[in-house]
Amino acid sequence: MSDSILRLSRRRFLQVMAGTAGALVIGIGEVRAQDAPSADVPLAMLGDDVTALGPFLRIEPDGRTLIGARDPDCGEGTRTSLPRIIADELDADWRQVIVLPLGPKVVNENGNARWRYGRQLSGESASIPAAWNDLRQAGALARWLLLQAAVRRSGVAASQLRCRDGRISAPNGKSYSYGELVKDAAQQAPPQTPPPLKVPADYRYIGHGAGDVDAHAIVTGQQRYSSDRFDGDPLIAVVLHCPYVQGKLDRIDTEAALKVPGVKQVLPLEPEPHQTLGNTPLAPSVAVLAVDTWSALRGRDALKVMWKQTGREDESTEALFKQAHALLDSDAEPTTHVRSDGDIDAAFKHARTKIEQVYVQPFVAHALAETMTCIARVENDQAHLVIPTQAPQQALSLVQRLTGLTPQQITIEVPRVGGGFGRRIDQDFVAEAVMLAKAAGQPVKLYWSREQDLRNDPYRPAAVHKLSAALDRHHRIIGWRMHKASPSMLTGRGVSADRLWTSEMERDALPAGLVENYQSSWWGLDSGLPRGETRADAHTVNTFAEQAFLDEIAKATRQDPLDLRLKLLGDSDRSLPYSGRGGAIDTARLRKVLTLAADAIDWKKHRTNGHGLGIAYAYIYGAYCAHAFEVSVRSAKLVIHRVVCAVDVGRAVNPTGLEAQVIGATMDGISTTLGQAISVDQGQVQQHNFKDYPMSRMAHSPRDMQVIVVPSEAAPMGATGIAMPSAGPALANAVYAATTVRIHRLPLLPELMRLL
Amino acid sequence: MLQAKQTPPESITPEAPRKGIDLTLNGEHFRHTGDPKMTLLWYLRDVLHLTGTKYGCDSDQCGACTVMIDGKRALACETPMAKLAGSEVTTVEGLAGENGGLHPLQQAWIDEDAILCGYCQPGQLMAAAALLKIKPNPSDADIESLPNICRCGSYVRVRRAIKRAAKAMQGDA
Ligand code: FES
Ligand code: FES
Repeated sequence: MSDSILRLSRRRFLQVMAGTAGALVIGIGEVRAQDAPSADVPLAMLGDDVTALGPFLRIEPDGRTLIGARDPDCGEGTRTSLPRIIADELDADWRQVIVLPLGPKVVNENGNARWRYGRQLSGESASIPAAWNDLRQAGALARWLLLQAAVRRSGVAASQLRCRDGRISAPNGKSYSYGELVKDAAQQAPPQTPPPLKVPADYRYIGHGAGDVDAHAIVTGQQRYSSDRFDGDPLIAVVLHCPYVQGKLDRIDTEAALKVPGVKQVLPLEPEPHQTLGNTPLAPSVAVLAVDTWSALRGRDALKVMWKQTGREDESTEALFKQAHALLDSDAEPTTHVRSDGDIDAAFKHARTKIEQVYVQPFVAHALAETMTCIARVENDQAHLVIPTQAPQQALSLVQRLTGLTPQQITIEVPRVGGGFGRRIDQDFVAEAVMLAKAAGQPVKLYWSREQDLRNDPYRPAAVHKLSAALDRHHRIIGWRMHKASPSMLTGRGVSADRLWTSEMERDALPAGLVENYQSSWWGLDSGLPRGETRADAHTVNTFAEQAFLDEIAKATRQDPLDLRLKLLGDSDRSLPYSGRGGAIDTARLRKVLTLAADAIDWKKHRTNGHGLGIAYAYIYGAYCAHAFEVSVRSAKLVIHRVVCAVDVGRAVNPTGLEAQVIGATMDGISTTLGQAISVDQGQVQQHNFKDYPMSRMAHSPRDMQVIVVPSEAAPMGATGIAMPSAGPALANAVYAATTVRIHRLPLLPELMRLL
Repeated sequence: MLQAKQTPPESITPEAPRKGIDLTLNGEHFRHTGDPKMTLLWYLRDVLHLTGTKYGCDSDQCGACTVMIDGKRALACETPMAKLAGSEVTTVEGLAGENGGLHPLQQAWIDEDAILCGYCQPGQLMAAAALLKIKPNPSDADIESLPNICRCGSYVRVRRAIKRAAKAMQGDA
């Protein structure tokens, strides 16, 4: 066997096969028994990204085009945008496209387990970048095969044929639908070299907006989320977690609960020791299993449970903040020296002006619309699960571990998900459902009330930032210190102590590279609250401190906040090395979004109506974003009159979806900044429901919002998180402009009311 | 097989009428025979599997379960079945016209793509529908009185969709 064949056989194959009933199927890897493969195509044709693999495309003889969407859609719009990438290269008729969700599948390849669809993860704004190469290639290959079939049928050369909207037409007026051609196309030998991709000028879907593919089902109430399913007629398991940050079940009296009509069982649950966070329940709990939710809830109310604190009795968020202040004010060695440029001490020694400020930001919960749920049916030789997860593959591994079944015996469905934002990368709730289904001996559907959801969450870590700037006599920033204390998001996740800072800090965070003398350091704090990924992760808190501080520098030096930022970015175009995700920062692109946002809000026009303007920018995951806010505060009522957000995310695959993400992330930034905080006192989370955990409603949404998308030919970046970080500081800066009240502690609204 | 000779019974004792709560739901008649304290939310979802009405807090704070009772905005999670005898309940499944055509709000939602994860949207739609009944031409302040939470933050487009639908409905009138 020659070397190259050997290499090919070890890699994955894009398979072209004749499906049942003559459909053309282009998928990856495993073939259904009845779909005889006709040829193999080397992976190279899928583009560069070997780890991101796996479109599934099927054209029926009647022209319907089924496209598999491998990444869960929790509102990111991937069920729309990913299939459109394929549809464009395929020249499919979008009206004939049906999108199917793909659950995780493991296939056996010569004894090696391999993921059938490649990477399946909804998170980190990474679906689109990961899919850009392989999905287009899958579409192009299918189109090429159809073309060959049309050549044979018509006798016309391929170069004379034209594909459009699911048809191929010849100059002589003859035309064939894809449906007519699929049978022949499936018999074609695949090309020796990858078929060429379209040039951008020919894109018909990429770059052209489309509404959500599920819109009709959603507005008519027909869309089924996991919580709307009843697979296997499951018992409803209402879960009650230990209310303490650290505790365990002490005593339980189930008598009254079991007497409630419909209640079948009461089961205690324990997290497994030695499992990393996110792979086992977050806390001990008791579950009431009943025939319906109503009965289970009555059973829960009748339950008498006593919990015992087993440590961290005195934990409080106030004490945590105190400790952070003390550390940042002392000479204590940081846990990690993150970055050091120039001579920071000398810069401060010779500074004409020194400015210092501390920002306090609380723990924040995900509070997803659809609370944690999961349907689990576990039998001796098979398991079936319906999971609202962002990480189906991690869920599959977990189910495998807990059941001892093989991946082939486990089916996981991931219907559309009611919100993700990093919460559903952790699979603790899946562990609960599987453990309960096993213990109960029948199918179980998990129900977390809002209280349970809010009080048991991998929270966004709280953070205290101390920023200091040294300025020369021209008000130039010559020194910048960013000192931060926070509990790491990575604690308990199998990450070594010297890497815990990586979730909290970006080594090359702005203004690194723009200021000669720069220092950033991190102090790790201890907290019993579990922490996890959030939209935009630590970019949100770090950008808040950085962009709010820039405004304080502007104020102290009587500079316009926009001018200060433009001066900092400089006139010349620079590429600043960036070791985090996204690669080098292009200052020209950053300046561009900043200027666009400023111009659109009419920054230079002095407001006489009491309105205040605020501006901020951020670089995140390779994308550039700037926000400008116009607000007023009258008789303690904050109104956000107008928001402009300018983004550069490379090529916008679906501008309609991109705008939706920008609007959503901006609102997330507003809501988080204005009202959200989780706090601990005496070892217990203090919040219970939306009454004491206020999420913004319509009243705090911008009355008008404009999204400006910078046209770009650069490879597309994901968009879910990118408009989150700069929204909060732009809002706080606008509130300052309107009120002269500077907020140093979030959430903003209670602080503003206190200071007004 | 023995064929029993069919003789008409001497008299028919009608089955005692099952006690229950009669209500009209999306134009159809239903009778609830279970716990009268059960809330409409779980009756819809668990008993009827009519899951367009969502839950988000089960305690009056999020609006995910918004329906209309006798044409007015109501929260299914706060409404015990006992209160519904003789009432007319409309859920998102019943919002569309009888001919299957979409309600102008549903169409506006699609046209504005007022959807992120979509989970809160049935509740948003029902709240908006109830608002338009009393304020056919709602001001910004009227729209801002809507209490529904959208975790994903679709408000900007929801606001646009409500205005668009209001316009369309006035055009009809
Ligand atoms: S579920 Fe009824 S208001 Fe939240
Ligand atoms: S669209 Fe997700 S909660 Fe509103």
